[in-house]
Amino acid sequence: MSDLKQELKEKIIEQLNLEDVTADEIADNDPLFGDGLGLDSIDALELIVMLDKDYGIKLADPKEGRKIFESIDTMAAYISANKA
Amino acid sequence: MNQGVAITGMGMISAIGNNVAENYASLISGKTGISKIRHIRTVHENETMVAEVPMTNGDLETVLGLGPDTLSRTPLLGIIAVKEALDQAGIKDILAYRTGLISGTTVGGMDKAEQYFYDYYESDAHWNHINGLHAGDSTQKIAEAIGLSKSFVTTISTACSSAANAIMLGARMIKSGELDRVIVGGSDSLSKFTINGFKTLMILSDTYNTPFDENRKGLNLGEAAAFLILESDEIVSKQNKKVLAYVKGYGNANDAFHQTASSEHGDGAVLAMEKALKVAGIPPSQVDYINAHGTATPNNDLSEGRAILRVFKDKIPEFSSTKPFTGHTLAVAAGVEAIYSVLSIQNNVIYPNLNFKTPMSEFNLVPETQLKNKEINTVLSNSFGFGGNCSTLIFTKEG
Amino acid sequence: MKKEVYINSIGSVSVQKTFNNSEFLNEIVDYEGISVKAVDPNYKEYIPPAAARRMAKGIKMSAVSSQNAMKEAGLENVDAIIVGTGLGCLGDSEKFVRDLLDNDEQYLTPTKFIQSSHNTVAGSIALDMGCKGYNFTYVHSNISFESSLWDAKLQLANNEAENILVGAVDEVVDHHVITHQFIEHIKKEPVSMRDVLNSGTKGIVFGEGSHFFVLSNKRQQSTYSKLLDMGIYNTLSNDEVSETIRHFVEKNGVSIKDLDGVILGNNGDLEHDTIYHELGTSLFLEIPQLVYKHLSGEYDTASGFAFWMANKIFKTGKVPEILRWNNVQIDRPKRLLLYNQYRGKNHSLVLLEKC
Repeated sequence: MSDLKQELKEKIIEQLNLEDVTADEIADNDPLFGDGLGLDSIDALELIVMLDKDYGIKLADPKEGRKIFESIDTMAAYISANKA
Repeated sequence: MNQGVAITGMGMISAIGNNVAENYASLISGKTGISKIRHIRTVHENETMVAEVPMTNGDLETVLGLGPDTLSRTPLLGIIAVKEALDQAGIKDILAYRTGLISGTTVGGMDKAEQYFYDYYESDAHWNHINGLHAGDSTQKIAEAIGLSKSFVTTISTACSSAANAIMLGARMIKSGELDRVIVGGSDSLSKFTINGFKTLMILSDTYNTPFDENRKGLNLGEAAAFLILESDEIVSKQNKKVLAYVKGYGNANDAFHQTASSEHGDGAVLAMEKALKVAGIPPSQVDYINAHGTATPNNDLSEGRAILRVFKDKIPEFSSTKPFTGHTLAVAAGVEAIYSVLSIQNNVIYPNLNFKTPMSEFNLVPETQLKNKEINTVLSNSFGFGGNCSTLIFTKEG
Repeated sequence: MKKEVYINSIGSVSVQKTFNNSEFLNEIVDYEGISVKAVDPNYKEYIPPAAARRMAKGIKMSAVSSQNAMKEAGLENVDAIIVGTGLGCLGDSEKFVRDLLDNDEQYLTPTKFIQSSHNTVAGSIALDMGCKGYNFTYVHSNISFESSLWDAKLQLANNEAENILVGAVDEVVDHHVITHQFIEHIKKEPVSMRDVLNSGTKGIVFGEGSHFFVLSNKRQQSTYSKLLDMGIYNTLSNDEVSETIRHFVEKNGVSIKDLDGVILGNNGDLEHDTIYHELGTSLFLEIPQLVYKHLSGEYDTASGFAFWMANKIFKTGKVPEILRWNNVQIDRPKRLLLYNQYRGKNHSLVLLEKC
């Protein structure tokens, strides 16, 4: 699980082009959106593609993403439970 | 008193008709143009509903007397629509007055650019399309087809509000005496580029779009070309021309909220509507019908609905979205809907907002769901786009 | 009563070091190639990292040039933002198409699609500035910028707006360069920019840049010039050009010989520079002729570079030697005409007067 979390942090930084953030700076329970990492709705769409491409998980409704992408913890838990 | 600008001709081609008359017939008989995708091969064909113009490029080229694969679909559709508009306005000598052409497009020649992207490296067979990727090239091709030379010809691309802005600029050019007449509107063809692009934004519906419905799932893309002829009062009186309706008001504002989404309370939309009413010099209560942008995305309809409530308060005029007929024709949407607005004024009808069942939970706004006959003197038409671009046009029976 | 239209500030990013407005072509960057890329300013000084991460090159260049123009005009906001761009942020649209084709329409992401909308520069500046005013984007080849100027002039002269930010932007993209080499719109063989205007070969050297200006109907301390008149013609046959220009100038109450100089759009394309050459030996024979595309490269909105240059000439009173095309003496010009066309189409005329 901690491997997956580290992997997610690295992927998010790369996919979303977060140039001046390092994986160490993202805590597992930091909010990814709003006050935390400051991601927005376009980033959420990028993350939905990442779930599909890298973990074989398809989301039909972007609203489903809100809960899943709350933090690295919630993302890792969702992926572990639903991975194809 | 603000003088309106005369509309003397209209021409269009869309999924529900190859000309204005066919479009009107479909509107009043409730015939949608939305179906499974036919002309474009895409892996999304089973989950994508679109509003395609039934004619193939070959059909369009035959009608226009052009050889095969000469032009991309955007100028092909555009030439058809412009010619119809010029016919209706009775314009035979295009250079007789200071005439301009202002077109809106988002994709331009993207259909060919994506089709031959790698092919260009292999053979010279399709190199005639390389320069067609320039959005302005489609407008230039239309100008050439109608013999418009030595003139003001330009192209506007403000996403889904492009044609509204073309009409607005044209009206301003006539009012300020820069031009005597101007052909305004837009043309956009379907492409894999837009189908996939809107898919990444997750705002495409996999079934028929349902504007202002609680359970709306997104939009259907469409394609079309639609152009109107605007002429100065001087030409109209000199030639005793029949005026179809007037462009009375226009407003352009930016939502300055988000790259693709509209603000929660529709600030940009409110500003655009208010500016248009001010230019027209009329109070909101004088609007008889609103042709809404109504794309059926969760975001647009909520934002636009709230904006309409803010502008019209407790006296909401009858409103509907015609996107369930034509799909969302992107740059052309406002051109298509400008013509529908004029037809509404000419025939005193309000078109039904097809597919509506359940009012949205956020407010009590219910669009017209049946064809309705009513004296129509003033129509307000909204168009909003990416980049926060919000535009409103007002059309009237009397100048 | 029509109001006067002033150019109150300038901002530019180009293949020359134009982003520093305290200089005026002090050092010339020479290039050898078929396409040239902008000299990058330090974008981080202008764009917060969170915003920069999704920005295409055209947006980044425009953030710098538009902010510089706003700062010089002493403004926080404007009544309208009008941008001309031939191809928009073409780099991202090309990448989106490539991803689409290479991955069989799977796993596409929205960012590139959003950036590829032509109006993304005007939208992004409005978003950054919180400008809810009029917002337009013109995309008509080499009159994209002139259409924007025209629109701004119309609003300012009619007093519908007081301050308008007008811009021009285009970016270099490899696929575009290669495909346009196929059809010889871009040169097949690399040339030295210094020699490009006498290259004697077909096609142009492709460049990029972003040029922004605040236009206003109020004159102020920073004002550079007055926009007297403009003309835009989609086509002109070779024998119509000269007469059209003469008529345009005379309609403004001056004759050709009253002009202190003309800035011509020569781009080194053997086939299409003949129009400039003919004018240079007839209509413009006795007035100073200036050129610039050997410094800027050619692109749809390269005339934005000429507009920037004319205003720099007015302000500094200097005409760098490298801009001169003939030997007619030029000294502190007050009235300049800009003439441009591309491949014989989309002719534009802009008449400026020093303030």
